Amino acid sequence: MRFETKAVPDAIPAVRAVGIGKTFGKRGKAVNALTGIDLSIAAGEFVSLIGPSGCGKSTLMRLVADLDAPTGGTLEVFGKSPKAARLEQEYGIAFQQAGLLPWRTVVQNIALPLELHGVPYAERAERAQQLAEMVGLADFQDHRPDQLSGGMQQRVAIARALAERPRLLLMDEPFGALDEMTRERMQGELARIAAGSGAAVVFVTHSIPEAVFLSDRVVVMSPRPGRITAEIEVPFGKDRAELLRETPEFFAKVTEVREALHGAPVERANER
Amino acid sequence: MKRVLPWILGLVGILAVVAIWELYKWLGPADGVVLGAVEGQAGSGFRILPRTGDLNMPHVWDMFARLGQDNGPGTPPLGVSVLSALGVTLGISAIGLLIGLVVGFVFALLMQRWRIVEWGLLPWIIVSQTVPLIAFAPIVARLGTQLDKQGWWWPGWLSVAVIASYLAFFPIAVGALRGLGSPDAIHQDLFRSYGASYGRTLVKLRLPASIPYLLPALRLGATSAVVGAVVGEVSIGMPGGLGRMIIQLAQSASADPALPYGPIFGAVLVGLVAAGSVALLGAILKNYRRGEAVA
Ligand SMILES: Nc1ncnc2c1ncn2[C@@H]1O[C@H](COP(=O)(O)OP(=O)(O)OP(=O)(O)O)[C@@H](O)[C@H]1O
Ligand SMILES: [Mg+2]
Repeated sequence: MRFETKAVPDAIPAVRAVGIGKTFGKRGKAVNALTGIDLSIAAGEFVSLIGPSGCGKSTLMRLVADLDAPTGGTLEVFGKSPKAARLEQEYGIAFQQAGLLPWRTVVQNIALPLELHGVPYAERAERAQQLAEMVGLADFQDHRPDQLSGGMQQRVAIARALAERPRLLLMDEPFGALDEMTRERMQGELARIAAGSGAAVVFVTHSIPEAVFLSDRVVVMSPRPGRITAEIEVPFGKDRAELLRETPEFFAKVTEVREALHGAPVERANER
Repeated sequence: MKRVLPWILGLVGILAVVAIWELYKWLGPADGVVLGAVEGQAGSGFRILPRTGDLNMPHVWDMFARLGQDNGPGTPPLGVSVLSALGVTLGISAIGLLIGLVVGFVFALLMQRWRIVEWGLLPWIIVSQTVPLIAFAPIVARLGTQLDKQGWWWPGWLSVAVIASYLAFFPIAVGALRGLGSPDAIHQDLFRSYGASYGRTLVKLRLPASIPYLLPALRLGATSAVVGAVVGEVSIGMPGGLGRMIIQLAQSASADPALPYGPIFGAVLVGLVAAGSVALLGAILKNYRRGEAVA
């Protein structure tokens, strides 16, 4: 089973941000949430945003999604304005809360974007069913969200984000509310899904191992004002096995990201 | 068992009311309970419990038996006339509720869409409910007759329905406003990310999300519409419905004490039908009420 996305010339980056700034509020009590963000994400690349609370990770993602407008700089999504990209369904989005519609079944929730865009019933039903299978909910297709666990709801939300075969997936701490075990399993599934679909992913997280396990590149941010302080390549390839988590290379990357986050080499002795 | 229990409890409740009525009638003082009466001065004081004689408190079974008897030779049994009056009042209440639903919903839509409309309109909607119905009813009736005279079609019952809708639209407007505004920010962001228009968002998100708020509002609105219809019938003097019948039969109470309870039972029945219909609607729409407990 493959879930390939719309073809895209490799030259056009999925996201291209130059000098992006975002200030909330009026003069006086303005909050400078982002400043001088330069970031380019290639098609098919998996990029994690990591940083302390309030450093503007969600804000940056919302700018890419055209849910908010930047107050400075230029932002392009697949060479288009974020608005055009949004209207052309170039991205799928998932938040920390699953945000399912409680009156809809699993397949109806997955099919929601297709329904809103006038995809014929038979076609969207088939697609939703495939996606439900892909996220391991084949036996729960006609359940409603209140009959699912948190992890299952989150999987529905991810399936819904994939419904339009987007070339870009935006995920804001999608596993934040899950327990560690479910979380690791979902990470494995997401890695598989992302690699299979060939979509670029912008993944916001607070977990360093999660970022390292999933990403081709980890973008480290710092607050007040929110800016990018480091970018760390994670050259482990596309096919990542669970065992990767226990290798010395993995630990080395985790340490590297942690040090970048803390702004200075971490004293190993002080850690425990 | 879970399904039967409410019915059993409901039945117990009704029987308890009957039992209290009959028990007081049986054991209470013949002259009732009067506070602050002056010795030897008839009619003084304040009666807090009625006299227990058959004239003031007919037996419950006499009230029901009375439904089977006619009002003089050639007239149908009381129960039949009550039923036909009940039909009239029920129909008017339903039309009143429908008008109230449409008006209340349109107000809610406008207020939800534009903040400024909410600021301008909501205070007036609340103030409207402080105008007593008996002050409002004659105005509607007069307007109705005027329109009718000028060649517009405006029968008396339409005035009553408008009066009923005046009570019914209020809970619906308030409930619908809350319901339409109830979707989470995350749902609104999601629909925005889909590029969904206002109309699509309304139909696919706001409307379904408002149902848990609309149903209780509708239940309130339905019972208010019944009250409004009965009071409306009385205040504009429309014949044929329960309101007029209650007033008329109350005048013969001294000769025939069980008589006025017929139309009163009728009014209770209309209220039950109204509430029951909303409950039925709620059962049909149960999938839209899943958020209810969580919210
Ligand atoms: N709508 C808004 N209005 C005003 N200020 C905002 C708004 N949204 C975010 N901010 C501010 O912008 C800054 C960045 O917020 P943002 O939500 O992007 O942080 P974050 O990195 O996602 O944090 P977390 O990890 O806690 O989710 C914060 O200081 C926040 O107070
Ligand atoms: Mg955030």
